[in-house]
Amino acid sequence: MSELLLFADIDEPGLNTLEVYSRRGGYDSLRKALAMPPEAVLHELEASGLRGRGGAGFAMGKKVSFLPKGGMDKYLVCNADESEPGTFKDRELMQKSPHMLIEGIVIASYAAGASRSFIYIRGEYQLQADVLDAALSEARDAGYVGENILGSGHSLSLVVHRGAGAYICGEETGLLDSLEGKRGNPRLKPPFPANQGLYQGPTLINNVETLSTVPTIIRMGGEQYAKLGVETSTGTKLVSISGHVQRPGNYEIELGIPSREIIYGLAGGPPQGRAVKCWFPGGSSSPVLTGDELDVPYDFNSLAQAGTMLGSGAIIVVDDSTPIIDVALKVAKFYRHESCGKCTPCREGTNWTVKMLERIDAGEATPMDLDIMGSVQEHIMGNCLCVLGDAMAMPIASMITKFRAELEAHMDSRRLEAVGA
Amino acid sequence: MTAVKRYEHGSRVPGWDEAADLTKDPAEIPDPATTPVPEDLRAEIEAHMANYPDRRSATLPALAAAQRVHGWCSPQAIDEVACVMRLTPAYLASVATFYDMLETTPVGRHSVYVCTNISCSLCGADELYAAVRDAAGDDADFNVRAFECLGACDIAPMASVDGVYVGPLTLEDVPRLLDDARAGRPVLPEKQLARRRVADPHANSQEFPEHPAQEPQG
Repeated sequence: MSELLLFADIDEPGLNTLEVYSRRGGYDSLRKALAMPPEAVLHELEASGLRGRGGAGFAMGKKVSFLPKGGMDKYLVCNADESEPGTFKDRELMQKSPHMLIEGIVIASYAAGASRSFIYIRGEYQLQADVLDAALSEARDAGYVGENILGSGHSLSLVVHRGAGAYICGEETGLLDSLEGKRGNPRLKPPFPANQGLYQGPTLINNVETLSTVPTIIRMGGEQYAKLGVETSTGTKLVSISGHVQRPGNYEIELGIPSREIIYGLAGGPPQGRAVKCWFPGGSSSPVLTGDELDVPYDFNSLAQAGTMLGSGAIIVVDDSTPIIDVALKVAKFYRHESCGKCTPCREGTNWTVKMLERIDAGEATPMDLDIMGSVQEHIMGNCLCVLGDAMAMPIASMITKFRAELEAHMDSRRLEAVGA
Repeated sequence: MTAVKRYEHGSRVPGWDEAADLTKDPAEIPDPATTPVPEDLRAEIEAHMANYPDRRSATLPALAAAQRVHGWCSPQAIDEVACVMRLTPAYLASVATFYDMLETTPVGRHSVYVCTNISCSLCGADELYAAVRDAAGDDADFNVRAFECLGACDIAPMASVDGVYVGPLTLEDVPRLLDDARAGRPVLPEKQLARRRVADPHANSQEFPEHPAQEPQG
């Protein structure tokens, strides 16, 4: 790819300050957007085909257009509660280029007619929250945030809100409850946040990467941006690669390139002499693919066709030195810990899945247990207020299907060990 | 299979009947006249409340502020927040118990969160956590916890020491990590995340100098 959009010179010293960001053309997109009517800005966002970068992949322009018209208080919330295991792209963006996010938020709020906005950042990201606070105060002083921004008549308040450690607060309605000062329990949908969100008002919720892309879209024009990537997955995407690879980290890719190119080409593949056993294409919530499925193009639709999802763009690679039971247990224990406990299928399902996996590992299981475990996963999916339970059920079910032979062999050998044979 | 025993109160969950004294009336919103609140803390909580259309939104930042003053969300800390925010202590306790970073029991003043989620554990985080826990031993100054994904899998295995991300860590780093925290020095400066450049080789058009290490916090 000739030009990176989000990561261009991301390590330039001082890019987190207004001075350097402005020198690089920062806030020019805001000026351009404010000179257009809000409908025209919205049109550019829709034309760009930008899909949400947080996990669900919903078209961003469409989401903005769902907000009711009218003069009521509308809210924009930036979801910076990046907690999906394996994901760390928003961290790099916020830490190194906080003004890009702020500019994106102001433009999006103009298109949506929102007058109050919040960045909900996970409490663990202390450095990043401090960087954002400093950048925000510069942006306020320069008149990019506040009353009557650059004389356009558009006003926006922006507050950096720090969370306190809960995966569920990355779920949009859990996030809203948490932002209202409650336990982060998800809400029943509908009503969707676009109609009744924060303080029961219309609310637009977008991920950090999505909003950070907005200034680029305004600069390039939506149609030009849509030429990048493939038809149903336009643009570039930040991919976080971790686990058993030689060069873990964040990479900006054009959507639609083969996954092998990311895992082997960019990240160097697993250590010498090892092969890919399985990989999560979009965070630990996505069903795993095996080492034979490395040629799937990395975009929303191709991954969906392969039975998994692009999610947050976090690739976790597991090599053949790791037993699949270890991976399954880690994943299941995480969701058990993070389940908020509101819905029974998720609260009980995650708990019993962990117990069954522990039985398998302890040699106390029978092959029937795999079927029971599979049916537990089926009963979680689609039966809760949010998708946290599904987020465990999908990868676990995929591991049972794809690695059944290994799990059965593991069970047998542990059973033999247990009886001392 | 081992049977799970029931406690005298009939439940299988230990201590559930100690959570609340059912013979007492629920605590009311504390009276400002009889609840002294440190001036700095009050000012900070009030500043947070002014940020939101609904003052309750300041609950998390207010509890975090009280925790910084008291070391944990003690009954006194919760009373002080309740007094300033005009909320009941029970409401605040219900929030404090939900979030991992709010401590509802006394803890050491240096927090060491070792990430033990999938990416870090593939890179040896479980051994790292055991080593940190052993090295800290019964030192009451340390609050060593195995934490869920901290969002820094590029430096796996990693830890957050008093909020500062360091990694990739080896078992040899553990003693110095604890010593640095104990002495109030910047923790393992050469391994701090803040200094790292992005992994993408196409991201930078030229060689940029390393970012400076973080100042010690707190």
